[in-house]
Amino acid sequence: MIWLSPEESEALGLSLSVAIRSVAISVPAAVGVAWLLTRRRFLGHTLLDAMVHLPLVLPPVAVGYALLLLFGARGPLGAWLKSAFGIQLIFTRNGAALATAVMSFPLMVRAIRISLESIDRGLEDAARTLGAGAIDRFATVTVPLMLPGLLAGAITAFSAALGEFGAVITFVSNIPGETRTLPLALYSALQEPGAEHAAARLAVLSVTLGLAGLLVSEWFARRVRRMLGR
Amino acid sequence: MLSVCITKQRGAFHLDVRFDSPTPGVVALFGPSGCGKTTTVNILAGLLRPDRGRLSLDDTVLYDADSRIEVPAEKRRIGYVFQDARLFPHLNVAGNLRFAERRAARAGGIGFDHVVGMLNLQPLMTRRVHQLSGGERQRAAIGRALLTQPRLLLLDEPLASLDRDRREEVLPYLETLRDELAIPMVYVSHRFDEVLRLATHIVLMRSGGVAAQGGIGTISLDRRLRAMIGPDAVGAVVDGTVIGREPSSGLLRVRIGAGELQVNAASPPGTTLRVQLLARDIIVATQKPQFLSVRNQLQGIVTAVEDDGAADLISIDVGTDAEGGRGPSILARITKAATRELALAPTKPVWALVKSVAVRGVTSGGYRHE
Repeated sequence: MIWLSPEESEALGLSLSVAIRSVAISVPAAVGVAWLLTRRRFLGHTLLDAMVHLPLVLPPVAVGYALLLLFGARGPLGAWLKSAFGIQLIFTRNGAALATAVMSFPLMVRAIRISLESIDRGLEDAARTLGAGAIDRFATVTVPLMLPGLLAGAITAFSAALGEFGAVITFVSNIPGETRTLPLALYSALQEPGAEHAAARLAVLSVTLGLAGLLVSEWFARRVRRMLGR
Repeated sequence: MLSVCITKQRGAFHLDVRFDSPTPGVVALFGPSGCGKTTTVNILAGLLRPDRGRLSLDDTVLYDADSRIEVPAEKRRIGYVFQDARLFPHLNVAGNLRFAERRAARAGGIGFDHVVGMLNLQPLMTRRVHQLSGGERQRAAIGRALLTQPRLLLLDEPLASLDRDRREEVLPYLETLRDELAIPMVYVSHRFDEVLRLATHIVLMRSGGVAAQGGIGTISLDRRLRAMIGPDAVGAVVDGTVIGREPSSGLLRVRIGAGELQVNAASPPGTTLRVQLLARDIIVATQKPQFLSVRNQLQGIVTAVEDDGAADLISIDVGTDAEGGRGPSILARITKAATRELALAPTKPVWALVKSVAVRGVTSGGYRHE
């Protein structure tokens, strides 16, 4: 990308890398949670539902702070991950991916839930009579049928992950080359006197990226709908 | 033998179904909408759990509340053709068929190509579900159910969502299924004409229970059936044997009990022809009639005279042969005045004149109606 400065392409690459990791973490978890919330009635159902939606209503900084408490060097999960697996999340791009995943999780769960609810349960019954057990049915009937919602959710979450700011900067700070994603680079440029031009370039880059995400999402959704004959 | 004895409470609706039907054969669950036919079939398939009871197919117990046996739906090897087909929209027709074939419990049995050929699915293989007509969907759904190598096939009103022409398009395939494969079938319908063409055994259902059950000949004479199908559809259904063709008229000679009818149909000698003799199309005479245009006459003996509102229904045994065994009965609807004048009463010998004979299906030699 010849027309981007090294700092800009670094921030762009980092944003994409963080967003991809974020979606990779949250897709399986969101499918599981959406399935639990639509198909199972259990004690704590309402509580789980509320927990999932919490990031939508909390200030992102508060989410970042909560992650810091949990996954920080002295946090219960952070200390355990470090001693058991040597994994450090704080101040790393994996930490940034976790923060964005938590923030975009409600969007993903909502999209998957809607598509799960719209699946004709009769088709799963039909699969049963054809000899498909529970896991088989889920993999070969339920998942393909909720693919439109899954893809829409993943792309929306991906786009949201590209733009996540508060939770990221609170949890993993603003380290060039490690956690300085596009919005963080934009923020840094704005803090710097005389860097208005750099800030404007980064803003245009963000808008272009967001727009591309939305267009790709729309294109995907249309293709999948046609495949399912809707 | 398919043996069903189950109860299930669903809200205010109480289902209590008991019947035994011979296998192989086609048992029809016949009754008005909401009488529990689909619920019964879902219980048979294992998609719904009964409250109590027992289900068995030949020597396999599928469900037994007392000994806590419940074979899960995916292990029952019971094919199910749903009213709305339920083909998978994310697969094409071939994909739907392969889905079933891959999960079949045993290899062999009915081959993929055999099913495709029998149901004429070849032209549809690459099509998606939304590109199929209603009749094509049902054919594909039948094929898919067959490829699981089922030991029982459930068909829940497979023709209900189709218009008349589409129905006529699918019915012959169902007849082929019955005659070529020895798979027992449960056929749910609220249309008596479909039942007549396909069933060997009928279970009459009414408000969650079984009102009557038996072979089609017996049930066609049952008073409880009459209330369900209306007076104009009442009539005996008899399976006769084709004995040849009358050279002068070109009509087919069919043996019915001790007598013989001539019908306009085409079927080789030895095959079984199911005919329906509507009660309103039968004239009763107490002497052998002469100088009449009606050619079809059956000799018999009155076995019952029943009050049927405005008219009387006369049951006539037309089968009493040289050995004196009881044969098939037919029904005649005549006015009460005629009953009095002819002094019709049980054991009276009569002649039944048949104004018209409706052919309700043909079965080839390999398969026999009861």
